Amino acid sequence: MNSAVIVFPGSNCDRDLAVALELVTGVKPQMVWHRDAELPGGLDFIGIPGGFSYGDYLRSGAMAARSPVMRAVAEAAARGVPVLGVCNGFQVLTEAGLLPGALMRNSGLSFVCRPVELSVENSQTLFTCRYRAGERITIPVAHHDGNYQADGETLRRLEGDGRIAFRYSGEVNGSAGSIAGIVNDAGNVLGMMPHPERAVEDAHDNTDGRRLFEGLLETALA
Amino acid sequence: MKARVFVTLKAGVLDPQGKAIHHALEGLGFSGVQDVRAGKLIELDLADGTGDGEIEQMCRKLLANTVIENFRIERLG
Repeated sequence: MNSAVIVFPGSNCDRDLAVALELVTGVKPQMVWHRDAELPGGLDFIGIPGGFSYGDYLRSGAMAARSPVMRAVAEAAARGVPVLGVCNGFQVLTEAGLLPGALMRNSGLSFVCRPVELSVENSQTLFTCRYRAGERITIPVAHHDGNYQADGETLRRLEGDGRIAFRYSGEVNGSAGSIAGIVNDAGNVLGMMPHPERAVEDAHDNTDGRRLFEGLLETALA
Repeated sequence: MKARVFVTLKAGVLDPQGKAIHHALEGLGFSGVQDVRAGKLIELDLADGTGDGEIEQMCRKLLANTVIENFRIERLG
């Protein structure tokens, strides 16, 4: 499985994501700088990592969403290449219009950094196929702007179409419908605030995130 | 030519920062504050002849996230 991880100035989970991908797929991902207008050919997966791209200037993810590489990512997503945005990556995907809604300041105003319990709402996506529907998993979060909001019509559509991939089991950041992760209409773009790449190996004391990458691998090899 | 762009949260969108400012004002003894909404002011120094339509495009494409924010443009001289 050929992967790319996009690197913006201020990304800080790019290497974690690369390590998780290599661990599960056996292939080192290609790291792609934000100024590159083209992606490597033959990609099976694109990861947009967490961090503080461009120092969170203007709005989290706003500047990164307008960088040259994101035009190439949008084109690849339109062709069906799986794209995962984690944390700041989720913010970038909403700012780029690849996912609906917006991620606002946590309702409690504090930076939240702890493992949280999630329920797997849809186990039919290419990212969640290794989980069971309704399964409870634990994945760490670390964010200040994770409060997912969208207009009522969008929220109804996300619910009705099964596009909510993960929900928080308890209160974390004020997100509408406790939404922790959503997929796009075509199902090949997932944005999520929790960090699956931080729960993949024994040293993490928790490997609940590993199956997300295993599911991607399974889909890529199918 | 200068222009100012005011970016504010849409009505109904929860503003945790505004709430925190409100609480802080109350803590300082300002009891008459009904509500606080926080926003942004962006000042643009523009080439002469920059049209309203172009400034509006700047707002829609970058300066405001119209999912959650409104914007208002004010031209200065």
